[in-house]
Formats: sequence, structure tokens, C-alpha cells
Amino acid sequence: MLELAALTKTYKTGDKALSDVSLTVPKGQVVGLIGPSGAGKSTLIRCINRLVEPSSGKIILSGRELSGLGPRTLRRERRRIGMIFQEYALVERLTVMENVLSGRLGYVSFWQSFTRRFPAGDIERAYRLLDRVGLMEHADKRADALSGGQRQRVGIARALSQEPELLLVDEPTASLDPKTSRQIMRLLIEICAERGLPAIVNIHDVPLAQQFMQRIIGLRAGSVVFDGPPEDLTETVLTTIYGAEDWTAMRKDGEADQVAEAEAVASLAMISA
Amino acid sequence: MTDFPHTWAHRSPRARLALWFGWLCLVALFVYCWQVMTANTIWMFIWDAPRQAADIGNRMFPPRLSYLPELMKPLWDTLNMATLGTLLGVILAVPVAFLAARNTSPSVLILRPIALFIIVASRSINSLIWALLLVAILGPGLLAGIIAIGLRSIGFIGKLLYEAIEETDIRQIEAVTATGASPTQVLNYAIVPQIMPAFWGITVFRWDINIRESAILGLVGAGGLGLKLQASLNTLAWPQVTMILLVILATVVLSEWVSAKVRGAII
Repeated sequence: MLELAALTKTYKTGDKALSDVSLTVPKGQVVGLIGPSGAGKSTLIRCINRLVEPSSGKIILSGRELSGLGPRTLRRERRRIGMIFQEYALVERLTVMENVLSGRLGYVSFWQSFTRRFPAGDIERAYRLLDRVGLMEHADKRADALSGGQRQRVGIARALSQEPELLLVDEPTASLDPKTSRQIMRLLIEICAERGLPAIVNIHDVPLAQQFMQRIIGLRAGSVVFDGPPEDLTETVLTTIYGAEDWTAMRKDGEADQVAEAEAVASLAMISA
Repeated sequence: MTDFPHTWAHRSPRARLALWFGWLCLVALFVYCWQVMTANTIWMFIWDAPRQAADIGNRMFPPRLSYLPELMKPLWDTLNMATLGTLLGVILAVPVAFLAARNTSPSVLILRPIALFIIVASRSINSLIWALLLVAILGPGLLAGIIAIGLRSIGFIGKLLYEAIEETDIRQIEAVTATGASPTQVLNYAIVPQIMPAFWGITVFRWDINIRESAILGLVGAGGLGLKLQASLNTLAWPQVTMILLVILATVVLSEWVSAKVRGAII
């Protein structure tokens, strides 16, 4: 369980990215974080594993406080938090396997990681995860040889190889096409369900968030302005989050996407049959 | 209907005036420099130059091919001097580059300026000057040449490498950091893979330059082909000079080919 209490982040420039954010994510819940660009979604996610240092407030992950830890203990706690990035953030020139195993870096000594001699358990887990995300035969390819969707699957496998207690997901589908986006979201949701893993997913695609998330948090100018199930995300609520706009147009786009996806799935089924 | 302007100028009148003034200054500078340059010229020598050149050219040809076997040992020395010097330069430059790069330097306030100073100091002194100093300190020979090449290479490799380190993709570093990796593991898994192509490219490029430089270091007593060149120049043995120049040319062409191949293979 993750608990944030009065989390505030003010950048050196004086920009207030987060003000007084408090929320609780219970085990197994997948939360979508929506909001306009610059609302502080990325900052919020990065404050949780302290890639960005929060100015004040508390972060408590299953009873242990992460705020105010020294560098060594912070590294130990970071192992419990898996992170998945926008544009994958794989180390392009390393192989898929090395990328997945890099999720174990917090558990092995420098020498073990330098010589690439990971414990047998780590290697077995890495292969199991690659099989789970459907990339078994790509294990020894270099990461930059894969397509966007495949790379994001490697990103997911890397995060899971940490055996995390929480997933932080930053715009996982921002650079993917609508169909691959849905496949990646579905994979994420399935994996979270399999492992009872809580996740916070930054997402700017409202229809996608409504389709996949169990709970939605709306962020505007660094403050939580909505927190509830996706059904409650009405036009008025969207207007408070994003400002005035013709939401029905976006909904229609979303529907069009779904129709396209349904067709794609049907044609795939035809091919495989 | 609104009336839109019919004219559009790429530069404002002020900018145009500044541009003209800039060109005027450049021409004035050229005229001035020409005067300085020719103030001490003895024109008689210049009129004579084609004849002199033809004379030396005549003496230089044909190159003395029988001199070639005698050049093999100095050539080998030159290649060794360049290679070992590059190796020394790389070994010294890598830590300096990591100290100089803003994103990997452990102390931006103290160590980074020191590393930058080492780079500038090494770059500002030509390897010929380094060799002169070292021959005075260590006596003549290959060792002075190797160290001279190494010291000069620190600046070149260090500067290009630290720029490559600073240009690494921050997201890949962030992603590895987020797994709970230690700083040395982040270095090994996120930064080193990103700079590897630049590292090999820079090293081979510097090796290529060092072959050219080590060929003349003998002029100041650091061994190799330069020593033979100096001996031949002193005795006015022009066909031998031609032969040495041809050997240097062949070596440089070969090293350039190797360095192009290696860089092509990496990138």
C-alpha cells in the first residue's frame, strides 16, 4: 500500500509543481493519473521514488517511509518500486536480456553486474518475464533493434524483474499507435491483476484511462481536483481538470479507435485461425 | 478586407547596416594583415622562388629506394610510439573526462575545474613542444616521444569524451537509477554503453593523428622516422628525404584507412 501525505514540490525556479497532494493506493489497485501538460503528473510519479526530491510531505510504501532516507537506504527501497517510462528509456545499446537483468542491479554486487554474472534465480526470472511479455526469441537482440511496442514490453519486464511492490508508469503509450497502446495497457492491467500489484499510471489519453483504470485521479496545477471511479468522469469534471473543450469530439475519437481496434483484433483472429 | 504589407525584408535596416560594417572591418583587417605580412619580405627571393623550388625538386627526384630497408626500424618505432602514446593518453584521459563531465563529476566546484584545466593545458601545448621538454628531461629516445604523444592526447580525448558523456540520454540513466542501482552500476549500465561508439571513434581518430605527429617528433630527438628525416636534411640528402616523406605518406594513408574502417564498424 502506498500513502502520500501532503506531498509538495517547488522547483528552484519557484514553479510549484505539486501542492499538498495526499492519496492512498491500496494493494492491487491501478490508478490513472490524468491532467493537462504541466499539471505535475510526471513530478508526482518521480517524487515517489525520489528521482525528483519532494520539497515536503511524506511517502510511505507498505509502512516504510521513503522521504528523508539517505542514498544507500534509498537505493534499497527503490528496488521495491518498478518504473515504466514514456519512450521506454531502455539502454539502447545493451541487449534485451541485459536490460531486463538491469532490474536486478539493486540486488547484486558491482562486480557481479560488471561481469554480467547474475544469480541463476535472476536469469530464470528474466527468461520467465520475457516469455510472459512474448519476447523470448528476442532475448539476445540489442534493444534498439526492436519496435516501439516490443521495447515497451522490455520496459515492463525490466520493472517486473525487480519484484516490485508498486509500479510507477509514466505515459506508457505516449509514443505508440492506438492499437499497440491498447495491447500494452491490457498487458499492464493483466500483470497487475496477476500479482496484486498496485500501480500509478500517468496517462493523457482520457478514453484510454476510462477504459482500463479502476480509479482516476485528476491533477490540475499540482493539486488533486478529482478522485473517483472512471464512471464519475463527467464532462463537468473533465472541464475542471482540463478547462473548457468539446469533450464529445474526443469521445467520438475514442469510439472510432475502439471500432478500429475491434476490426484489427477480428482480422488478427482470422489470420491466426 | 484587411490590407497586408506588400514588402518583407529578411533583415531589419539596422541589421543590414551592421552586416555591411562587419564586412568593411573584415576587408580593412585583410589589408592591414597583408601589409604586416609583406613588410619584411625580400621580394627578390620571392621572384626567385620558382627557380629554387624547381632546383630542390630536381635534387629530390628520384627518391632513393635503396634507403627503404634502413627505414623499416624507425617506421616500426614510429608506429609503436603512436600506439603506446595513444594508449597512455586513453588511460589518463578517461578518468579526467568523467571528472570533467558535468553529469558524472563527483564535485562540480573543485574537481571539474581541475579536470578542465588538465584538458586545456594538454591541448594548448603541441606535441612537438611536449617532446622538446621531455627530451630535455628524459634524454633523447622513444620514451620521451611516447610520453609526449600521451600527454598531448589527454586533452583531445578528454575533451571529446567528456562532451560525449554530457550528451548521454538522461532518460536511460534515470531508468537504471530507478531500479536501485548504485552510482558505479549506473555508470556501467547506463552511461558506458551510450559513450562506447564515441569512445572508440575518438581513440582511433587520435591514433591516426598520433601516427602523423610521431613521424616528425624525431626532429627534436624523440626517435622514429623524424630522426632519419633530420639526419637526411642535415646532410642535404634530398632523395632520402623524398623516400622518408613517401613512407610517411603511405603510413598515414594506411592508418586513415584503418581508422575509417574501425569507425564505420562501430557506428
